Amino acid sequence: MNSIEALKELLYKMADDQLIIGHRNSEWNGLGPILEEDIAFSSMAQDKMGQSEHLYNLLNQLGEADADTVAFTRNAPQFHCSHLVELPIGGYDFSLIRHFLFDFAEYMRFEAIKTSAYQPLAQVAKKFFGEIKYHTMHANTWVHQLGNGNEESNTKMQDSLNYAWNYALGMFEPGPAEDILIAENIFMGEEALKAQWLEAITPLLEKSNLTIPEKATWAPIYGGRVGKHTEHLQPLLKEMTEVYTIDPSADW
Amino acid sequence: MANETDQTIDSLDPRISRAHLSGGNHNDVDGLIHFQTYEVFHQSKRGAQHKHVGIVHAPNAEMALLYAKEQYARREQTANIWVAPSSCIYATEYADDDIFTTAPEKLYRNPASYKVMDRIQAFKERGMKSTDEI
Repeated sequence: MNSIEALKELLYKMADDQLIIGHRNSEWNGLGPILEEDIAFSSMAQDKMGQSEHLYNLLNQLGEADADTVAFTRNAPQFHCSHLVELPIGGYDFSLIRHFLFDFAEYMRFEAIKTSAYQPLAQVAKKFFGEIKYHTMHANTWVHQLGNGNEESNTKMQDSLNYAWNYALGMFEPGPAEDILIAENIFMGEEALKAQWLEAITPLLEKSNLTIPEKATWAPIYGGRVGKHTEHLQPLLKEMTEVYTIDPSADW
Repeated sequence: MANETDQTIDSLDPRISRAHLSGGNHNDVDGLIHFQTYEVFHQSKRGAQHKHVGIVHAPNAEMALLYAKEQYARREQTANIWVAPSSCIYATEYADDDIFTTAPEKLYRNPASYKVMDRIQAFKERGMKSTDEI
């Protein structure tokens, strides 16, 4: 694998993660717990879609198809997203925990690629960093609030954290060319990212009265980066591409 | 509620159908505590005054700031946001709004009454220099 292929692999998994979690979170649109939260959560879901489009555009510059084609015409086995982002929205407790675990990983990832040797990627990271920072503020404020709320809210958040944990570890599935990305200063690699992520979220979860599962139980759920997905992804794609499938030239 | 139908809502929206909701019972919200409101003040750039733009509902100030950002700062240039509990606002009574009426014979208090336009015009015609005396 050469450095261009390694770079594409990185871009695909970032873009697909953002597109799929963006779509998943948009499913709360109109159903959020209160009006203000509905607007905030939907708005962040839109941010994610927008970020994915910019990453697909970078892939387009590297010879891949245009953003709409890439986003709307692939089937599940061609997607590189992690299992965490595919899971159904569940209750708001799970959606918030996923939002927290995903967005802190994304924050660390974007922080790292702000200094990527691949300039177009570094520019995208700088451009969207503020959005992602707000997403982490939103996630942490909610998790802190519900973790320290009452027994019911704490239990729900803890159960969701337990359920989501191994999926979250799956975000850091090593790519086929980590060594090239690291050697060429394109990206610091998944292992380093995971270490930074753990360092960032551990104290925040402690302050939220939530406990990370025992290390002995950690078993990262991999496969998403190489096209092996949960049964939830294909139905999501069918729903997401419904309009495009009816009329690929539809504009909105 | 016993008198509610057990039928789940059949919706065109796949998200609603998936949720298997049973009929809307508005009595469910009786007795729930509502969040308080926070007044939101928006500053467009550093040094500018914060302007009141509206309210958000929130359980505390931190969450109010989160919501204020999305409701009032998403589409415009923003440097800073304040929120303050609406309950902290001390206001006049509308019944006392006669305190704001200004008697017409006091128009001299209104700067529009000063006839300065001719002097400003003359200043502009001479060209603006900081050393100029009007």
